[in-house]
Amino acid sequence: MTTTVLGHVRALEYESIHIFREVAAEMESPCLLFSGGKDSIVMLHLALKAFWPARIPFPVMHVDTGLNFPEVIDFRDAMVAEHGLELIVASVPEAIERGLVRPEPNGSRNRIQTPVLLAAAEEHGFDALFGGARRDEEKARAKERVFSFRDEFGQWDPKNQRPEIWDLYNGRVFPGESIRVFPLSNWTELDVWTYIASENIAVPELYLAKEREVVDRGGMLYAVNEFVPLVDGETSEVKRVRYRTMGDANLTAAVESDADTLEKIVEEIAAVRLTERGATRGDDKVSEAAMEDRKREGYF
Amino acid sequence: MSDLLRFATAGSVDDGKSTLIGRLLYDTKGLFSDQLEDIERISTRRGHDYVDLSLLTDGLRAEREQGITIDVAYRYFATPRRKFIIADTPGHIQYTRNMVTGASTANVALILVDARKGISEQSRRHAFLASLLGVPHLVICINKMDLVDWDESVYQQIHDEFTEFAAKLRVTDLTFVPISALRGDNVVARSENMPWYEGSTLLNYLENVHVASDRNLVDPRFPVQYVIRPHSNTTLDYRGYAGTVASGAFRKGDTVRILPSGLETTIAGIDTADGEVEEAVPPMSVTIRLAEDVDVSRGDMFARPANSPEVTQDVDAMICWMDETASLVRGKKYAIKHTTRWARTVVKDLQYRIDINTLHRDLEASELALNEIGRVQLRVTAPLFVDPYAVNRTTGSFVLVDESTNRTVAAGIINPR
Repeated sequence: MTTTVLGHVRALEYESIHIFREVAAEMESPCLLFSGGKDSIVMLHLALKAFWPARIPFPVMHVDTGLNFPEVIDFRDAMVAEHGLELIVASVPEAIERGLVRPEPNGSRNRIQTPVLLAAAEEHGFDALFGGARRDEEKARAKERVFSFRDEFGQWDPKNQRPEIWDLYNGRVFPGESIRVFPLSNWTELDVWTYIASENIAVPELYLAKEREVVDRGGMLYAVNEFVPLVDGETSEVKRVRYRTMGDANLTAAVESDADTLEKIVEEIAAVRLTERGATRGDDKVSEAAMEDRKREGYF
Repeated sequence: MSDLLRFATAGSVDDGKSTLIGRLLYDTKGLFSDQLEDIERISTRRGHDYVDLSLLTDGLRAEREQGITIDVAYRYFATPRRKFIIADTPGHIQYTRNMVTGASTANVALILVDARKGISEQSRRHAFLASLLGVPHLVICINKMDLVDWDESVYQQIHDEFTEFAAKLRVTDLTFVPISALRGDNVVARSENMPWYEGSTLLNYLENVHVASDRNLVDPRFPVQYVIRPHSNTTLDYRGYAGTVASGAFRKGDTVRILPSGLETTIAGIDTADGEVEEAVPPMSVTIRLAEDVDVSRGDMFARPANSPEVTQDVDAMICWMDETASLVRGKKYAIKHTTRWARTVVKDLQYRIDINTLHRDLEASELALNEIGRVQLRVTAPLFVDPYAVNRTTGSFVLVDESTNRTVAAGIINPR
């Protein structure tokens, strides 16, 4: 069975490599969004493969909300050093200081990432941004193209998408317009972990199960740390947990798990019955159209 | 040999398509419980006394508001045997454009027929488009068998009528499965209500349909996508041609013919980031090194001296028009993308428009509007390296782009000479 599973993941790998090369060949100035999360780690791995033995012919950018898990930032910096990448950091705290965006009352910086991302893309003149979004994540994403056209404001118009036939991608844009490119469009969460395990790709250790001090808030388990201090009346407990996603540290919940190796994570994800966002993101449950709205504003 | 199966589903909510997809996803655990709770909650809020599974595929606000599906939605599920990618194409709006998009990469097209109504105009349209797009396997799901008392004669009549119609099309493999998507009969589990049916369940069919041999493994074609030239001290002399094998096989030591130059040389090695490979076949993405230092760039193609595509600036093709803002007219110029090659082209002639319901050819047609299909003659500024679509889906296909808007306006299918 292992070889069967690898067969289809290898086919997905070939498809993603094809997409990376197509963008590098046709776009003037691409950039890879890199957050240190599992999807962007797989993206970086695929990009390294696509251009081997040459270096990746574009920089990587991290939209830093200032609320990242420190382990993830360390991991990001280690990857940048190891592969000699050019890293651009678009900082949300700096943008707040400059008055470009204002923090939202609930502490989420999900929505205010967008103007920061757009400003950085404009400043550097990027006409193609690689993102790690997958179509299995969310209903609005299920209808997005691999090459997703954005107007000069970075906006997505779901009713005006370019038809995508065969693998003949059309990245033609006028100045100021851009393309978001999603090489992992056809991957599922299980595919991502199967690939990480089979290629033995390094990931931040937060993905692996360990005893951690957590607090239960409305059924979600948050690790107690500088971003999530205990408030009056709350008590913490030690549980064996891991993270399924790497969002902002103040809003990303952990899940109870015994998966302390990549192989065990694959087994766990194969059996799991909740989507990763449903299980771990306090900021995605806003409305039926939350993701669509954010994408229209220029979010990934 | 890949165990990834892509299939396109076509039809409207009335045919029970959403119910069928919902059932496939749910019974194979491709649907998560929070997704299901989500649509249960919304169904209740809207006053339905059933779970509206179409909410799964209607992802955009306009779709939910108007109760229609606008765009192709992609769904995923896996069984221990295969991973499945469903391109779910709506029946109501911009039907042809979406179906062409979904079918372009599909191994299997799944067409739903309501057992009570029999074969509709829509079913015929679906079958025609699937055959035009060269989908190798067509499976007709005769749905709502529960509403015709599981009657074999209903199944048989639709079976015979469709078989007769399909004979007019290029359909190589046609399969019929009587199902009830609502009750699950013959979708994942075998039906106890239709003992007269001896074939596979739908899932069993999808898991076992043989698709490896659908690939063209005869004609070696490698469109050069990207030239890899590292500028570091350790790899100073490296020069490799990256791309995805379109068809056929390439081996180390093979003599290749480079198009358009016509130069011939041998393959010095085939690289991947995981090491050298002896042989590259579709759908591998690899990097080919040549024995001699010759001038090769993106848009060139590797073939074999005794097996090369046609090199031509004149293309005879079926065109599916996909743009609502302007129509295809004779004499207009477009950008054309064929494999990894861009050029410009002029529409020299529109021979006819085809009525996709009757297959009638309208020789008087003066333009092709949105969702219309016709036969054209194109003259291209630079030679393309083409094979007929029927033998090669990669070197036989192209898209047209309107240079004044950058919109992708048409899909093209190259006819045999």
